[in-house]
Amino acid sequence: MDVSEIQTIEHQVLVIGAGGAGLRAAIECSALGLNTGVISKSLLGKAHTVMAEGGMAAALASVSPKDSWKVHFRDTMRGGKFLNVWRMAELHAKHAPARVLELEEWGAVFDRTKDGLISQRNFGGHRHPRLAHTGDRTGLELIRTLQDHGVHQGIDFHMECAALSLLKDGERIAGVAAYWRDTGRFVLFRAPAVILATGGAGKAWKVTSNSWEYTGDGYAMAYDAGAELMDIEFTQFHPTGMVWPPSVRGTLVTEGVRGEGGILRNSEGKRFMFNYVPEKFASETADTEQEAAEWLAGKQGARRPPELLTRDVVARSIKAEVDAGRGSPNGGVFLDIASQRPADFIKRKLPSMYHQFKELAEVDITKEPMQVGPTLHYFMGGVRVEAESQMTRVPGLFACGEAGAGMHGANRLGGNSLSDLIVFGKLAGTGAKKYLDGLKSTPRADDEQVKAAFRVATAPLQRDSGENPYVVHEELTKTMGQCVGIVRSKKELERGIEELQVLKKRIKSVKADGASQYNPGWHEALSLESLLVTSEAVALAAHMREESRGAHTRIDFENERPEWLKYNIVITKGPDGQPRVEKVERKPPPDYLKQIAEANIDDLEAGKVGAGAPED
Amino acid sequence: MANRTFKIWRGDPKGGSFQSYDTDVSEGMVVLDVLHALQASQTPDLAVRWNCKAGKCGSCSMEINGKPKLACMTRMNSLPADQAVTVQPLKTFPIVRDLVTDVSWNYRQNKRIAPFKPVAPGPDGKRRMYQEDADRPQEFRKCIECFLCQDVCHVLRDREGQDRFVGPRFMIRVAGLEMNPLDAEDRIPELKEHYGSGMCNITRCCTEVCPEHINITDNGIIPLKERVVDRYYDPLLAVGRLLTGKKLRTVAKPER
Repeated sequence: MDVSEIQTIEHQVLVIGAGGAGLRAAIECSALGLNTGVISKSLLGKAHTVMAEGGMAAALASVSPKDSWKVHFRDTMRGGKFLNVWRMAELHAKHAPARVLELEEWGAVFDRTKDGLISQRNFGGHRHPRLAHTGDRTGLELIRTLQDHGVHQGIDFHMECAALSLLKDGERIAGVAAYWRDTGRFVLFRAPAVILATGGAGKAWKVTSNSWEYTGDGYAMAYDAGAELMDIEFTQFHPTGMVWPPSVRGTLVTEGVRGEGGILRNSEGKRFMFNYVPEKFASETADTEQEAAEWLAGKQGARRPPELLTRDVVARSIKAEVDAGRGSPNGGVFLDIASQRPADFIKRKLPSMYHQFKELAEVDITKEPMQVGPTLHYFMGGVRVEAESQMTRVPGLFACGEAGAGMHGANRLGGNSLSDLIVFGKLAGTGAKKYLDGLKSTPRADDEQVKAAFRVATAPLQRDSGENPYVVHEELTKTMGQCVGIVRSKKELERGIEELQVLKKRIKSVKADGASQYNPGWHEALSLESLLVTSEAVALAAHMREESRGAHTRIDFENERPEWLKYNIVITKGPDGQPRVEKVERKPPPDYLKQIAEANIDDLEAGKVGAGAPED
Repeated sequence: MANRTFKIWRGDPKGGSFQSYDTDVSEGMVVLDVLHALQASQTPDLAVRWNCKAGKCGSCSMEINGKPKLACMTRMNSLPADQAVTVQPLKTFPIVRDLVTDVSWNYRQNKRIAPFKPVAPGPDGKRRMYQEDADRPQEFRKCIECFLCQDVCHVLRDREGQDRFVGPRFMIRVAGLEMNPLDAEDRIPELKEHYGSGMCNITRCCTEVCPEHINITDNGIIPLKERVVDRYYDPLLAVGRLLTGKKLRTVAKPER
């Protein structure tokens, strides 16, 4: 293979991924005058951001004047069980309102308040109505706004182009080896800065809200290139995925259903969430159905219904009900908004949920309850980055959105993902600009790396015989579901890690039938490596963290353990090619952040705490 | 569980044919589930585009029993049980492989539309829009870009038509801007001169196939056509122009 004959495209920055984070990063890079390219496995506007439903959290205070970045920051830290990177949670809470208003300036049409401002809705873990939204299709509004704005910014969009590996010159990033899905041809991107906006890896589980794209490509590429994976044991199971029919098991049911008043009941008709309120949230949660109803009606002083506790709590409670034999006929629980709100309200505020259940499950949610259960939804962990610049420890390599780690700690609040994308997407762009400004010489990858990347990619097509990649993937999802699920134990994790070692060997001999043009079997074979790297990292970190915190639940180590709050678990690729798992001590926060996060809510809202905090 | 026969078009730009596959179908399955089952068991290289599998991304557009549909939202029990199911790619766009077509023409049309131009904020620095004003653009912004409307548009089915008309998808994209009170751009000249608003002959085929149930024709295209007519062909305005001697100029916009 002669590298000079391979199609070569040069950019100053190459963004991998065209969801909210990738598009926002690219827009920033372009605005700063950088020659910017974006590659995406799918067509533009199809990334998983489009599935986000409920909204984006930002303390605009257009509905509740008491809201502020400080309260948003406090909610985020409490939701993340204080494991969040303090500075990232701070930047997020401070920048989110400006990023949302910027979207409006670029054409986003959010739902409105009576006063004509951006409306905001309630969501789990958020003290105030804080989610700017467009019905229950906010992700579509976000991605379309960024897409329609982005195409006029001089960015080169390379659609249906998949990254294979990162290329380096010494320590520094030098580009990306990739292939075009439609022709199967290889393409070499030379770029001194690369931004990973590759999302998560939900496809390692069978029951997931994620699409085929979520195979951990960014995690695996970054890990191979020498970056660190952090907090990867924290995988969020969204409490409400569809459970029936079997073919849609896992498809997301927005938290907006509960935000708009939906309640959870078990097979006995009991509103069970009242039995699962954690001590830390008890003083801010309603005690009775009557108080919850008063809160929904907007009565001052009434506390929030327990259905709006954080996702980790609700998901575990649903599992406990099902395990205790109080589940719905198809193995979930009942989510009921029909008895709480009139039909026209439901159709107006939750149109795509209405549509989704009607078409896929033949259930009319304005008349009957939905059956729902936990579904793997999101990775809180990811590639470790520096808070302000989003740069990894590999010079020139950046990560943002779900690909990055730190913002959400041990559990993400609903609505904090879309705002994460636009806040840290922009920061990754400014980070890349700063890095490139300081660069003395242009890094260049040698031919050997390029050839190696393409050789590995071609192998599954060239084998005479081998296993079916779909079958191996199916088995991986079984292992992860059984051994690295919503409730974990040392014994099961060890069994899982063993099974993953076997799978790691098996993926080396999968065979893709057919040619290289638009061949899903081949693409499936190529994604197995990333899925395995990610799955092993999750299992190893989950094994090391001997406590239950946020989305990581250990049946053999119940409850949070204060000593574990001091550490992040960080995974790197060792010199022997095997993962190295380490406890890395966290930096203490500045005093003002600690005070705000730990403040009594009334004191904080009255300005008695955090008054001197910098507003930058 | 029932055994069903599928006739799926397999091929590439050089040509292809329908091939038959038998597979078991269980309760609740949609056509996309069947295609995935075939990939996993019988034909791993069957090319299909898909993403969200919940009718929200508009990737899995194809023609099922001759009708343009999203494969992820077409339940098997909505198709006649006593016949084979035929599945083929969208007819209006060039074939890439099997069920995947080259829809890049649509992305080029999108780029021709002038970007949103925000009005100045109010005296308090905020932009206000009331929900009743947001409702109309929001209807059009529900569009998931599945391009089924483009596929059935009579004008676009003819290659020459694609040089003269942006198609229903982009008419409602313009409608979503034109009817947005926060957009300051004048879009009427572009509609007439560049997007071919006059080409649509209102057969409403696009509206019929829209999986988002957007009333493309009545709420989007017809009001836009009326605005063009009011601007350019209203006899009263024409008299006014004669009297004042002022010519109504249309500003041509180059392709962006």
